[in-house]
Amino acid sequence: MKMKEKIFKIITYSSSIMTIIFLLGIITSIFAEGIPIFKEVNLKDFFSSPNWHPTCFPPDFGILSLIVGSFLVTLGALIIAVPLGIGVAIYISEIAPFKVKEILKPTVELLAGIPSVVYGLFGLIFVSPLITNLLGVPIGLNIFNAALILGIMIVPIISSMSEDALSSVPKSLREASYGLGANKWETTIKIVLPAAKSGIFSSIILGFGRAVGETMVVLMVAGGAAQIPDSLFDPVRPMPATIAAEMGETAIGTPHFHALYGIAIVLFIITFVSILLIEILRKGKSIK
Amino acid sequence: MKNSRKIKAAIGIFSLNVSIFLTISFLAIFLIVIFSKGFSVLSWEFISTSPRKYMTEGGIYPAIVGTFWLTLISVGFALPFGVLTAIFLTSYAKPYWLVRIVRTAINTLAGVPSIIFGLFGLTVFVNLFHFDVSLLSGALTLGILALPVIINNTEEAIRTVPNDFIEASLALGATQRQTILRVILPTAFPNILTGTIISIGRVAGETAPILFTAATFYTRQLPRSVFDEVMALPYHIYALLTEGSHAEKQVPIAYGTAVILLLLVLFVSTIAIVIRYKIRKKRKW
Repeated sequence: MKMKEKIFKIITYSSSIMTIIFLLGIITSIFAEGIPIFKEVNLKDFFSSPNWHPTCFPPDFGILSLIVGSFLVTLGALIIAVPLGIGVAIYISEIAPFKVKEILKPTVELLAGIPSVVYGLFGLIFVSPLITNLLGVPIGLNIFNAALILGIMIVPIISSMSEDALSSVPKSLREASYGLGANKWETTIKIVLPAAKSGIFSSIILGFGRAVGETMVVLMVAGGAAQIPDSLFDPVRPMPATIAAEMGETAIGTPHFHALYGIAIVLFIITFVSILLIEILRKGKSIK
Repeated sequence: MKNSRKIKAAIGIFSLNVSIFLTISFLAIFLIVIFSKGFSVLSWEFISTSPRKYMTEGGIYPAIVGTFWLTLISVGFALPFGVLTAIFLTSYAKPYWLVRIVRTAINTLAGVPSIIFGLFGLTVFVNLFHFDVSLLSGALTLGILALPVIINNTEEAIRTVPNDFIEASLALGATQRQTILRVILPTAFPNILTGTIISIGRVAGETAPILFTAATFYTRQLPRSVFDEVMALPYHIYALLTEGSHAEKQVPIAYGTAVILLLLVLFVSTIAIVIRYKIRKKRKW
């Protein structure tokens, strides 16, 4: 009897500890394979050189243009997705009649589950020729296209988390505001939004994390040129796309192989910081 | 003064309507394009035969089978870990520092980009454990990716079990283990099922984690063991668009594959949503 209790408890504890081990495994594997690149190139050149020519002789391992590519595509996606996502969230939470809400909410959840490779297909085959024809730019696979597709992709992520935050604002706050004579819009903007602020920030950070780490869309749609772009319609090569495109062609243990893991370290640190920010926001809220 | 307030409110609400309209139209265009271009290639032959002539003809049967096995093995691997971890977080939850570390680990795993899971799978399963590029390496990688989803959903499911049930069970002299296994888990089961189905949808559509751990562009054979390379629906779409030299023949097949993948994912998620809706209606507490 006692024995069974103990064994069961030990099993649950060990499986919880496995989650920590998995995470440590991920961290260890990318650091173990990524650190050796700094024997070939120093930290400063790695980050500040825009020259990424890993297969030339001698090779160049500067990832600045990859970072810039990731940053611009992600920024563009957020410019599209943040207003739309928050707008959709406010609409579902505050404006929509009950029946519409019952349909919209699960629909948004469904959309969040669409595989990214299908978005990539859409951007590559449908949007790209549209951009070259309508806007008269030479290359349809560029920052603009990737930002647009990524933006559409993360709208459901931002809106469903923002909507949760808005819905959890107590009804009494809204009623107090109406009681003082404010109309629905004023109540939403001045009372509900500020009260849901931390949840909405978290949703934006979450959307950022998803966009910066998303691989298939940027691999298929961003154009793949490792360069510092001059315009919105230039192709770029974001970090995840570089890893995905080149890992298949490198031999294990070569400097190029380690450099790709080095990029993964950078990507991991960026997303880890964004996760920490969300945790801090959540904690700040619960203390209040 | 009064009018300007009304005008502001009208403009504000109008802009919300615009945002929902834009979002829905974007997504509608997206779905209409994929489905209208993909439906024309669908046929019984398309889903039941292997590719022929270097991917320019034939069907996608091996990719469907590959995705089926990848999903089944990965969720089968992650589910026990996920449920047990959720039990730890809800029922034992001691010591506090361990709970906090486990939670941080789960949140971090949930946010790590999928391509990094792919690199982890390459380092550990493919190279270190010598599973090579195989069904097993891919499924384990995907399983770890699905773990946070399963844990979070199971935890939520367990939290919906009323405290009265648990206290009643303990008061009758049941031990904690008996309460967990005979009261908490059965009560939470439908919700755990929903969460698991959602994770199936996620796993089936992932491409980046299997790029270097499991996927192969072209094989006419079905996997005979877990150590074989497999085709998979999401990777197949990517490969059709980026490899080979007959774009005009490969693009329609890619659209068709995308429709099958979308139908699969949407079908699975719809089941989850329906189950959840039914539970909410039926629940008496």
